[in-house]
Amino acid sequence: MVVARTLYDKLWDEHVVRVEPDGTTLLYIDRHLVHEVTSPQAFEALRAAGRKPWRASSVVATADHNTPTRGWERGLDGVADPTSRAQIRALDENIRSFGAGAYFPFLDRRQGIVHVVGPEQGATLPGMTLVCGDSHTSTHGALGALAFGIGTSEVEHVLATQTLLARKSKNMLVRIEGALGPGITTKDLALALIGRIGTAGGTGYTIEFGGSTIREASIEARMTLCNMAIEAGARAGLVAVDHKTIEYVRGRPMAPKASDWQLALEHWKSLQSDAEARYDRVIQIDTDSVEPQVSWGTSPEMVAPISGSVPDPQLEPDPVRRQGIERALQYMGLQPRTPIAAIAIDKVFIGSCTNSRIEDLRAAARIVQGRHIAASVKLALVVPGSGLVKAQAQAEGLDRVFVAAGFEWREPGCSMCLGMNEDRLEAGERCASTSNRNFEGRQGPGGRTHLVSPVMAAAAAVAGRFVDVRQLFG
Amino acid sequence: MQAFTHHRGLVVPLDRANVDTDQIIPKQFLKSIRRTGFGANLFDEWRYIDRGEPGQDPTQRRPNPDFVLNLPRYRGASILLARRNFGCGSSREHAPWAIAEFGLRVIIAPSFADIFYNNCFKNGILPIVLDERVVDGLFEAVAAQPGYELVVDLAEQLVRRPEGEALAFEIDAFRKQCLLNGWDDIGLTLRHAEQIREFEAARLRRFPWLARDLSD
Repeated sequence: MVVARTLYDKLWDEHVVRVEPDGTTLLYIDRHLVHEVTSPQAFEALRAAGRKPWRASSVVATADHNTPTRGWERGLDGVADPTSRAQIRALDENIRSFGAGAYFPFLDRRQGIVHVVGPEQGATLPGMTLVCGDSHTSTHGALGALAFGIGTSEVEHVLATQTLLARKSKNMLVRIEGALGPGITTKDLALALIGRIGTAGGTGYTIEFGGSTIREASIEARMTLCNMAIEAGARAGLVAVDHKTIEYVRGRPMAPKASDWQLALEHWKSLQSDAEARYDRVIQIDTDSVEPQVSWGTSPEMVAPISGSVPDPQLEPDPVRRQGIERALQYMGLQPRTPIAAIAIDKVFIGSCTNSRIEDLRAAARIVQGRHIAASVKLALVVPGSGLVKAQAQAEGLDRVFVAAGFEWREPGCSMCLGMNEDRLEAGERCASTSNRNFEGRQGPGGRTHLVSPVMAAAAAVAGRFVDVRQLFG
Repeated sequence: MQAFTHHRGLVVPLDRANVDTDQIIPKQFLKSIRRTGFGANLFDEWRYIDRGEPGQDPTQRRPNPDFVLNLPRYRGASILLARRNFGCGSSREHAPWAIAEFGLRVIIAPSFADIFYNNCFKNGILPIVLDERVVDGLFEAVAAQPGYELVVDLAEQLVRRPEGEALAFEIDAFRKQCLLNGWDDIGLTLRHAEQIREFEAARLRRFPWLARDLSD
């Protein structure tokens, strides 16, 4: 009898080179995405050991974390911080000496956030194992690829051996049923899920997202969900391959062509979980119960619906959790029981590997069209996920909509998601951000991050505080 | 890699859940292209009152006297006692690099984030998962007894308390062997180079598009 397998089981099995007696597995890696922050030490170690990349053509690289979002006309001289410049230059040199299948350096029109560029170029394909020295590599699972983040020692290991030593995770299914009404996005689903199971709820699991909501969702919306799987503790998120996946991949620069395409389709069609497949844990979410979400604390699990309030730590029975809430409220400068809709903001950031794709920008632009950011908002940034997203948005006139509304329209990169470049919050500033982490100091020392969807960020920009974006749909 | 067999050390308690890698080593220090120099900036935003930037002289910084790592009674600690979901967030290996360089060899917590847990082993740090109630007990003991030390025996998979109790912990056999011997993962894997080559050849025959030149 054939044992029913999940999609994760299938992807895993297909890449096993060998297994140690304790289950430690040597897993073959098809695609290796590389960026400037987590790779220099790996290349340096290769150089020191006199090793070469096993299959350099598997590497697709871009610079994203450090790159500035303005002043590109000055080239590398426009990178103000010399250490950032050195890191960008080191990537150039490492790719020049070790080779790559494709490289989109700083200033290239296809450069951008590695998790936007990979799918956009067709470098991410269904059925692949894909790794990158970045935890949000889970994003690529939206295309039916087994994709996860690794550390720099593992980057070196993959470069040198084309494999990874890994242990198989357990299977979790998050089944989401129902339609997404106006103003509700997969970002809200992700935050609601993390609010429910916690930032460690998915630790040790690969999360497959399924159900009618996912089947209806676009590939970009699925990417937002898989991107946030790591914030639930799961290294990888996955969505089964369907006709939307195929249509998304078709014609991308690195997608298979001609006879390869037919061969690929045959294989990709098998990339779903079997009907009888068993999961170690199943979570059901009905979209009826999900409102637009806003995080209030310093962990993505500290989240509330827009109609809700900041919690009262006195009501939390678990002492570790209570202490966590107290500390978070102190850092965030919030009082217990403050309504979410009463929280005023200073800055707005629309961008990051979570929400910087063309659909995100279109949705946000629809909200701000014919409106203006509130006088109290000091800065509202739109940072497209890649040069190609930026060009597409400009072709559609979205840049003009944003600029007319008082937003700044910037060059692509990770930007204020983590503030490695000069786009940062100052201490005490409060930001409505479409990024993925609200950790202390994440967007700048002392900065206060509230995670929201692109439409909620746009609505907050207009109102100067959090509002239910559904009120803005005419 | 530095081998790990057994270790006796002073325990420092970090009584916070969900300590993320942005806290362990803030982003401004990730711009270094070297693997060393991160220890002085471990927990930078908690450890210092002044703002941390790369290239500062650590002796000129203003330490936060209230942060636990700065308390005189924990000076020289090499075992970190932590709470749930330690090391969550980004995959930055700069976090274990900073921890190791600071002098911590063991982290005990009720749970760890996956990527961080994995990264520890690549750097000779032993992350130990113990039951939450046991960890609670250790927090109480550390608070009550200045100079509280633990002995960690990796071969026996035991944490020995000075009170005499021995706490068993789980670890994958493969990881344990690598740590005990200080083996380099890449060297180990390359012993199977022939097997990888065969696997790869078969895979690329079956899925030829994976091997096509991407530049055209």
